[in-house]
Amino acid sequence: MTDRIAVRRTPKLFVGGAFPRSESGRSYPVDASDGTYLAHAALASRKDARDAVQVARKAQPGWAGRTAYNRGQVLYRVAEILEGRAEQLADELDAATGGDGAAEVAATIDRLVWYAGWADKVSLVDATINPVAGSYLSWTTPGPTGVVVAFAPEQPALLGLVELVAAAVVTGNTVVAVTSHAHPLPAVSLAEVMATSDVPGGVVNLLTGDRDELVERLASHRDVNALDLAGFAGQDITPHEVAAAGAFARVVPPVPEIDWYATPSPRRMLALTEAKTVWHPVGT
Amino acid sequence: MTDLHPRHVDVDLTSAWDYAPAPEARGLANIRDSYGLFVDGEFVDPAEDGSLTTYDPSTGEALAEVAVAGPADVDRAVKAARKAQQGWMRLAPSERAKHLFRIARLVQDRSRELAVLESIDNGKPIRESRDHDIPLVAQHLFHHAGWADKLDHAGYGPNPTPLGVAGQVIPWNFPLLMLAWKVAPALACGNAVVIKPAETTPLTALAFAEICQQADLPPGLVNILTGAGESGAALVSHEGLDKVAFTGSTAVGRKITQNLAGTGRRITMELGGKAANVVYEDAAIDQAVEGIVTGIFFNQGHVCCAGSRLLVQESVAELVVDKLKDRLQTLRVGDPLDKNTDLGAINSPAQLERITELVERGVDAGAEAWTPDCALPEAGSWYRPTVMTNVQASNPVAREEVFGPVLSVLTFRTPDEAIEKANDTRYGLSAGVWTEKASRMLWTAERLQAGVVWANTFNRLDPTAAFGGVKESGFGREGGRHGLGAYLREGAVA
Repeated sequence: MTDRIAVRRTPKLFVGGAFPRSESGRSYPVDASDGTYLAHAALASRKDARDAVQVARKAQPGWAGRTAYNRGQVLYRVAEILEGRAEQLADELDAATGGDGAAEVAATIDRLVWYAGWADKVSLVDATINPVAGSYLSWTTPGPTGVVVAFAPEQPALLGLVELVAAAVVTGNTVVAVTSHAHPLPAVSLAEVMATSDVPGGVVNLLTGDRDELVERLASHRDVNALDLAGFAGQDITPHEVAAAGAFARVVPPVPEIDWYATPSPRRMLALTEAKTVWHPVGT
Repeated sequence: MTDLHPRHVDVDLTSAWDYAPAPEARGLANIRDSYGLFVDGEFVDPAEDGSLTTYDPSTGEALAEVAVAGPADVDRAVKAARKAQQGWMRLAPSERAKHLFRIARLVQDRSRELAVLESIDNGKPIRESRDHDIPLVAQHLFHHAGWADKLDHAGYGPNPTPLGVAGQVIPWNFPLLMLAWKVAPALACGNAVVIKPAETTPLTALAFAEICQQADLPPGLVNILTGAGESGAALVSHEGLDKVAFTGSTAVGRKITQNLAGTGRRITMELGGKAANVVYEDAAIDQAVEGIVTGIFFNQGHVCCAGSRLLVQESVAELVVDKLKDRLQTLRVGDPLDKNTDLGAINSPAQLERITELVERGVDAGAEAWTPDCALPEAGSWYRPTVMTNVQASNPVAREEVFGPVLSVLTFRTPDEAIEKANDTRYGLSAGVWTEKASRMLWTAERLQAGVVWANTFNRLDPTAAFGGVKESGFGREGGRHGLGAYLREGAVA
C-alpha cells in the first residue's frame, strides 16, 4: 500500500444553492478538539449576509407555494441523504468536539424526520374555524413569516443548526443560518447534503463566520422577517432586539438550559408563522 | 341565461378525437400464479384447503389463485397481531414513524408497478390508478407516518394510547387506497391489524404484504387474509379484536354493527352513498359539467361518494344536460391499461348485473336512460356511461346506490328546494355544490346532510381532510385529526 495524499475539501459558504467563498476573501482557522489544525473556513462578511437574505427572499414565494406534503417530502429527503453521510458527519463531529458524533448525527436525522411530519400537520393543529356571532365563515390559518435569520448554537453544532433550519423552512419560510463558529465543518457537510436533497436553491443558506459581526447587519436588515437568536444563549440580546424592532422582525429568544436532544415543542416552528383570519358571509 | 352560456356548436367529436392505442405494459404487474395468506410476516397456506380465483374484469381471464381464510386462520392472525402489537406500542413513537415512512417510500418507488397491478385486477383506467389511487396511497402513509410521534398534539389529551388489534374489511373499488386508509392510521397510533381485501381485488394488498417485508416491518403488525364474505364475517366476529373497521355496503355494515352490539368493541363504518350534486343557475356551467362527469364517472361510478344524483336548477337544466351529453360522447370506454381510457371495466359480472337490473327498474318506473354511442369490448364486463332523465324522487335509481356509471338528473327551483331534495335520502356521505357565489355555497354546505361537501370540485380526497358519512352512510372518519380518533383511546391503557 503506497501512501496517498488525501484531497481535502475547501469549506465554503452555501448561498442560493451554490458554494461561494466569502466575497471578502476572508477565512479563519478551524482546529479539532485536540488542537490539531483541520481547515480554514470562510469568514462570511456583511455583504455575504446581505446577498444571502436577497436570495432567501427570492426563493421564499416558490417554497411557500409548494404543497405542505411536498415540503414534508423534501425534508424527509434531506434525512435520507444525511443518513447516507452519517459516518462522515459523525467523524467530523468527533474531531470537532471529541463528543459522541454518531449519537448527534442520529438525533439530527430523526429531528429532520420529525419536522418532515409536521409539514402537513401544522395547520391541522394550529388553524381554527372561528364561531363568530354572525352569519359568517371565519377561519384563521398559520402561514410562513417570510425570511428567517437563525443563529445556531456553538454546540451541538449539527443538531442545533438543523433544529433551527428545519423549524423555519417546514412552514414555508426560507432561512439564512449562521453556523457554530468553533465547529463550522459539519455545517459545510450539511450544506452538501442540502444541495443534493431536492431543497430548492436559496431556501436554506448557511454562513460560517463570526455571529457577533453578522448579527449587527442582519438584525437591522429591513427585509428580514424573523430572527432566531438561539446561538446567543447566556448573552445580552437587548441590542439585537432593539435593532430588530426597526422593521418589526419577530424575535425568537434563546431558551435557557435547552436540551437540544429532547423532542422539541412545536413552539419554535409556530413562532415563525403568521396567523391570517379570513371572513366570508354565508347566505343565499 | 342563454347569452351567458352559448349553446355548444354541433361537432362530431367522436371521430375527430380518435386516439391511437397507448397501452401500459402488463408485464410490470409481476403477478404470481398463486398467493397464500400473509400472517405474522410470512405467506402461509390456509388451515383448510381453499382458494378463489381473481379475474381481469376487462377480459374475464383468470389472473391468480388466492387462499381463502377460515376461522382458524383468522384466529392465528389475530394472535400474531396481538403479540406484535405489544412490542409496537412500546416502541419509541419516532421509530414507529420511521417504519411507516419506509413503507410510504416503497409504495412511491414501486408506484408504476402497483398502478398497473391495480388496473389489471380492478378494471379501473391506468390514468386513475397512476395519477390518483397510488399517489394517494403513498401520501396517506406519509401523512400518518408523521403522526406517530405527534399524537400528543392531535387533540386527544396527553399520551393517547392505541386500541390494540383492529379487524378491517375493505371493498374492491379502491383496493390499495382503502387498505392504506385503514392500515396507516392504525399502525401510526400503535395498533396492529388483520385486514381482509375484497374477494375480487386481492392482488395489490398482497403486493403490500411484500412491501411490509421489504420495509422490515415487525412481523404480525399487518396480517392480510384473503377470501370472500365468509372470511370477512369470521374476521369481524373474532372475539380477540378491539376494533372493527368496515368499508362496504350499508346492508353488511348494519349486520356487523348489530352483531357487535354489547361487545364494547370500537367500530367505524364507511358505507354507501347517494350524493346530490347541486348545480345552481349561476354556476360556471362548463366547469360544472366537468365536475358532474368526474363526480359520477370517475372509477366507473364504483365510488361510495359518487355524485350520482344531479340536482340542477330548472333554468339551466336543459343546457346542462345538453352539454353533459356532448361531453359524454367524448369519453373513451375500454382497455383499462390504455393511457387514453376514461372509463374502464365494471369490476365483476355480478356488479354488472346489479347495475343493469337497477337501471331497468328505473326505466320501468318512468325514467329515460341515455347513453353515448360507443363501442364496448366484447370480452369482460362493461357498461356505458348512462344519464337518466325524467327521474322522480321516488324512482329506484334516485334512491338506491347504483355503484356504477349511472347518473340520475333531477331539478329544483329554489335553494330551499335544492336542500330538501338533496337531503331526501337515507344516505349522507358526500355532496357537491356548484355556484360562483361563495356565500350561497357556504349556505348550501351548511344545510347539506353529508360528511363531505365539495364546492366547485368533486371527489377530492386527501389524508389531511377527514372523510366519512352521516345517517346510513356510516360513522367515524378517516383522515385528518378526526381519523386518528378511530384508533386511539384517551389516557393510559386500562
